[in-house]
Amino acid sequence: MEMLLKADSICGGYINKPVINNVSLEIKQGDFLGIIGPNGGGKSTLLRLMSRALPLTEGRIFLSGKDLKNISTKEIAKKIAFIPQLTLINFSFTVWEIVLMGRIPHLSRLQPEGKKDFSIAERALNLTDTLHLRNRKIDELSAGERQRVVIAKALTQEPLLLFLDEPTSHLDIAHQIQTLDLLTDLNKNSNLSIAIVLHDLNLASEYCKKIILLDDGKIFKEGTPDCVLTYQNIENLYKTVVVVKNNPVTSKPHVLLIPGERKCKQE
Amino acid sequence: MNKIFKRKIILLGAILILVIIFGVLKGSVNLSFSELFASENRQILHLRLVRVILAIIAGSGLSVCGIALQAILRNPLAEPYLLGTSSGAGLAAVIALTLGLAVTYIPFAAFIGAILSTLLVYYISRERGKIGVQSLILSGIIVSIAFSAIILFLLSTSEREALHGISWWLWGNLEVFDFKLLSIVGVIVAFGIFTVYMFSQDLNAISIGEEEAVHLGINVELMKKILLFLVSLITAAIISVCGVIGFVGLVIPHMSRLIIGPNHKLLIPVSCVLSSAFMILCDSLARTIFAPSEIPIGVITAIVGAPIFIILLKKSEE
Repeated sequence: MEMLLKADSICGGYINKPVINNVSLEIKQGDFLGIIGPNGGGKSTLLRLMSRALPLTEGRIFLSGKDLKNISTKEIAKKIAFIPQLTLINFSFTVWEIVLMGRIPHLSRLQPEGKKDFSIAERALNLTDTLHLRNRKIDELSAGERQRVVIAKALTQEPLLLFLDEPTSHLDIAHQIQTLDLLTDLNKNSNLSIAIVLHDLNLASEYCKKIILLDDGKIFKEGTPDCVLTYQNIENLYKTVVVVKNNPVTSKPHVLLIPGERKCKQE
Repeated sequence: MNKIFKRKIILLGAILILVIIFGVLKGSVNLSFSELFASENRQILHLRLVRVILAIIAGSGLSVCGIALQAILRNPLAEPYLLGTSSGAGLAAVIALTLGLAVTYIPFAAFIGAILSTLLVYYISRERGKIGVQSLILSGIIVSIAFSAIILFLLSTSEREALHGISWWLWGNLEVFDFKLLSIVGVIVAFGIFTVYMFSQDLNAISIGEEEAVHLGINVELMKKILLFLVSLITAAIISVCGVIGFVGLVIPHMSRLIIGPNHKLLIPVSCVLSSAFMILCDSLARTIFAPSEIPIGVITAIVGAPIFIILLKKSEE
């Protein structure tokens, strides 16, 4: 499989608070990578370092073999699309206008969108099942619909890589599953590689092919859901007693919480 | 572009042309159409045309500045004077008059004051090379309050006759003293609007969010710097010839968004047309209500603009 992105012992974060400390990872074509870990562990920061929204202090990142430092932000936006946690939009753009914004990295200043751009945007609306929302105002949509529109905008960028930062945190279970099913489908059929930050360990287990468990800015464990989501790893990191069983249908590991049981730090 | 948009734009253009004709015909001296074009009234025609041109320059400039700031700050209450330009220009003008400089120097003093106060606001709000949205708004407000207090202090302690004229200037007027100055300001504002228009895509992206704009490949910090510079340049140029005209930069962007939507490629031209028409009408009112004496145009734009704004606000809440 072709290597898309390679992070080589990277460090970085915010100016007086370096978050990520010496992380190396690889994302290959067709990957569906989950990034999980406790709050403040650096999940979102790692994603932002890899999309160059935050500067590196050390290490290097290669995007399709080229050093990220030497690629313009516009070129990066043609390869990486990013979906933040919650997109609150104050201005009443229509869904169509929002989705067409995905073409910005492909157009030069003042260049109007052409037929090709329209058909790409239309295809993205089709894929995310939002074509019927086309003329609706973005601020009138429900959270689930808005999330699908934001994904459509990302697809219109025609990226190789899609980064998502907790895209399901404001959605109910039906919309969570709908969003992740959509991503799985895109991953399988549209050859889109995905790196996703998730809070919900079970969602990560069900959907991700590979998981990185991040703690204190370092990779604590990485591998398939089966080897990362063991009760030892989770109890160690989250200081919470859990039971890990397999989902009877998918046989993926499923993390069960035990109320009132907290592990002491000393243990 | 779809048909409804096209129709709306043609309609607005037609309205502007009618308003321009109205603005030229209407004045403190009542003249018929044929009289106006008679050779003995050439000067009146000339004066009225120049006022209409200044109304178009000031209106378009201020509304485009309002649009740019509202998008960058993602704050619907942002307006061109938020960067401290008005109070800086006012303070510089008052100081110039207190020092005994001639009235002809006021535009230059005002321009320099506006630019300096924007720089001050910019430096206060800068954090490690980045411009924070919240701190920009706060430092703009603080600089404005401080400078306005100093203006009031100077006005209340000074005995100079000339200073009493300043309050008239602080509320804005479209009387043209110097045609050379008008053409310089016209060039600056036209250049500014065109350059802001070049950034329409970027403005669309940043109005969804700074992070979204970054991930669409836009150099957000550079773009903010360029646009803030353009906004202060346009506002300072306009203030230097017509004083402080409020509400245009706040109300017209909102009205334009209701008419054509938030896409800046259409929003910027539409708001130029709408604000030009609005300013010409307000100026006609200012000249004729109590003719032959004139009311500052800022008074009219505020009296007309405030209720419009309240109606829009109530409507958008529904």
